[in-house]
Amino acid sequence: MRAAERPADPAGTGWPSRLHVVTGKGGTGKTSVAAALALALAAGGRRTLLVEVEGRQGIAQLFGVDPLPYAERHLVDAPGGGEVRALAVDAEEALLEYLDMFYKLGAAGRALRKLGAIDFATTIAPGLRDVLLTGKVKEATTRTAGQRRVYDAVVLDAPPTGRIGRFLNVTAETARLAKVGPIKTQSDGVSALLRSPMTAVHVVTLLEEMPVQETVDAIAELTQLGFPVGRVIVNAARPPSTTGRVVTRAELRRGLAAAGLPTDQATVAGLAGEARDQQVRRELEDSLRTDLVELGRPVTELPLLPDGVDSAGLAAFAEILRRAD
Amino acid sequence: MLDVDQILADPGVRIVVCCGAGGVGKTTTAAALALRAAERHGRRTVVLTIDPARRLAQSLGLTELDNTPRRVKGIDVEGGGELHAMMLDMKRTFDDVVLQHTDPAKAAEIFANPFYQAMSSTFAGTQEYMAMEKLGQLHARGEWDLIVVDTPPSRSALDFLDAPARLSRFLDGRMLRLLLAPARSGGRSMFSFVTASFGMFSKVVQKVLGAQLLTDLSGFVAALDSMFGGFRQRAEQTYRILQASETAFLLVATPEPDAVREAAYFAGRLGAERMPLAGLVLNRVHRPAVGLDPAASRAAADRLADLGGHDVTVDVLRAHAGLAQQAAREQQVARRFTEAFPAVPTVSVTAQPADVHDVDGLRTIGAAISHP
Repeated sequence: MRAAERPADPAGTGWPSRLHVVTGKGGTGKTSVAAALALALAAGGRRTLLVEVEGRQGIAQLFGVDPLPYAERHLVDAPGGGEVRALAVDAEEALLEYLDMFYKLGAAGRALRKLGAIDFATTIAPGLRDVLLTGKVKEATTRTAGQRRVYDAVVLDAPPTGRIGRFLNVTAETARLAKVGPIKTQSDGVSALLRSPMTAVHVVTLLEEMPVQETVDAIAELTQLGFPVGRVIVNAARPPSTTGRVVTRAELRRGLAAAGLPTDQATVAGLAGEARDQQVRRELEDSLRTDLVELGRPVTELPLLPDGVDSAGLAAFAEILRRAD
Repeated sequence: MLDVDQILADPGVRIVVCCGAGGVGKTTTAAALALRAAERHGRRTVVLTIDPARRLAQSLGLTELDNTPRRVKGIDVEGGGELHAMMLDMKRTFDDVVLQHTDPAKAAEIFANPFYQAMSSTFAGTQEYMAMEKLGQLHARGEWDLIVVDTPPSRSALDFLDAPARLSRFLDGRMLRLLLAPARSGGRSMFSFVTASFGMFSKVVQKVLGAQLLTDLSGFVAALDSMFGGFRQRAEQTYRILQASETAFLLVATPEPDAVREAAYFAGRLGAERMPLAGLVLNRVHRPAVGLDPAASRAAADRLADLGGHDVTVDVLRAHAGLAQQAAREQQVARRFTEAFPAVPTVSVTAQPADVHDVDGLRTIGAAISHP
């Protein structure tokens, strides 16, 4: 079946784009969210590519596999016969591949690497590095085999919020250095894709003040630069506070007694203290939640998993993301 | 256990470097330690922050990025201490380095070069390098009893150790020299294959990037040529300061797998570089106030829910079960570090119910780090 004839968005109405760029402040779990999204979009017999670009090998660590090479490899099966592949893009490798494609370098390319030329080239022009990384992502996103697209969706575990604008804004960076030539053409192509409805930039946050502030700032920056902002994904979320009631010790003591638990002073005071801290935290979380809703982007919450994000956790996240509307 | 007060009070310790993954509370920890050094230990302290959250910056009186330490008001100075704070302006620090090493005419030429503009604002590692440069400057001025440094939110915690070497290697690397004078370096002494490759490289660069770019690059390199020695020397100097016993590295992490892994990498690396690692500050640790185990707590909550009429206790018990379970998992994660580095003292800081963004909050954090 041709790609164009397949439902564009079989995962539900929530993910209409083809290239999903996942960013977020450090420590918010963007790699886990990106992996879960790749899994969600692969469900039901589709194929997705999960890409990382910062050389952190975060995907390999998350899945407990050997470090990823610069090659698209099977990572994990998705429910219903789908497949997630993974790729760690390396700027040097991408440059060599690029040069090889256009100039047939062969052994000379390897010699250049020995000389440090490749390291040099990707270092001297900072924008060049990002053009190469995003260029590879674009190539994978738009690649076709026969009449159909190779990947139904590509999910990019992108640099954190503090660097995302600059990373995606490749044209501006390279335009300062390269006014003409293939690099310029390449960066223009990347820029067009990243600013098209094919792309969505999702921001991962926690219900904590600094990540939420960075989310607000990043969305403003991305919007101003003309990149389509997708969802705000709240990771490690606890449900909104329900009662908001002050816990009285008498009430607690009565309950503990009914449950056959100790009702000594230390237990009652300790549990009441925990409840109080929890309440303070919840109120802050509720107000941060309101800030996020006011951004006017769809918000999806992934629950805090007390045992951390393991493969069962990723599957659960994927299911929530798949159902997002 | 890590005794932070002992480090902060020690007149022999002149530099504290806080490092770790992004999002673990490095900046807050650095600011809290600096405040405590000033208030409790009477030290003239400066804290160098890289990219503080807006409200934290405001609480330190940092309203502008002017690359100069500013005195923090509203702190207790009865013990004779002082607290100054500054935010790193990467580009300005780079400009200053250039100005210091060359004459004004040449500096103007460098500043106008598009490569310099790109590099001084976006070069991967420039921020790390400039943080170390600024540390070197503050140290050289000798005005401070203690300098507390927050490190940049790098791609990898190791970047800031590598950046100075990488930058200086790059600036006086042979590639630059090859590009500058292909005729000279492509002379008879070199292997012909390499020469051929390099000729090819030049051609490719010309084709891919354009001739104007190569001209700009040559101009940039030629202008910087006189500064190569200076760059390398400074990088080496800073490196030696970091190895000296007057420096104390504090790793900062949260009990999350990624953060602990970063901390472990860093601990290994500091050991290999023979840099003085003082300990690990483990932030945002959850600690239940009551020893009731999670399963029993949850079972009791279920019983009460069936019974009815005890909604509050049910909520409290379920919340406790979640907290206790999280705490157990955190301990397990933290053990990955302590088992790998049993000799590194650690201190756990209990998670605060609300975020910190004023001097009072920093004081509380400082006390929590010192007396957990």
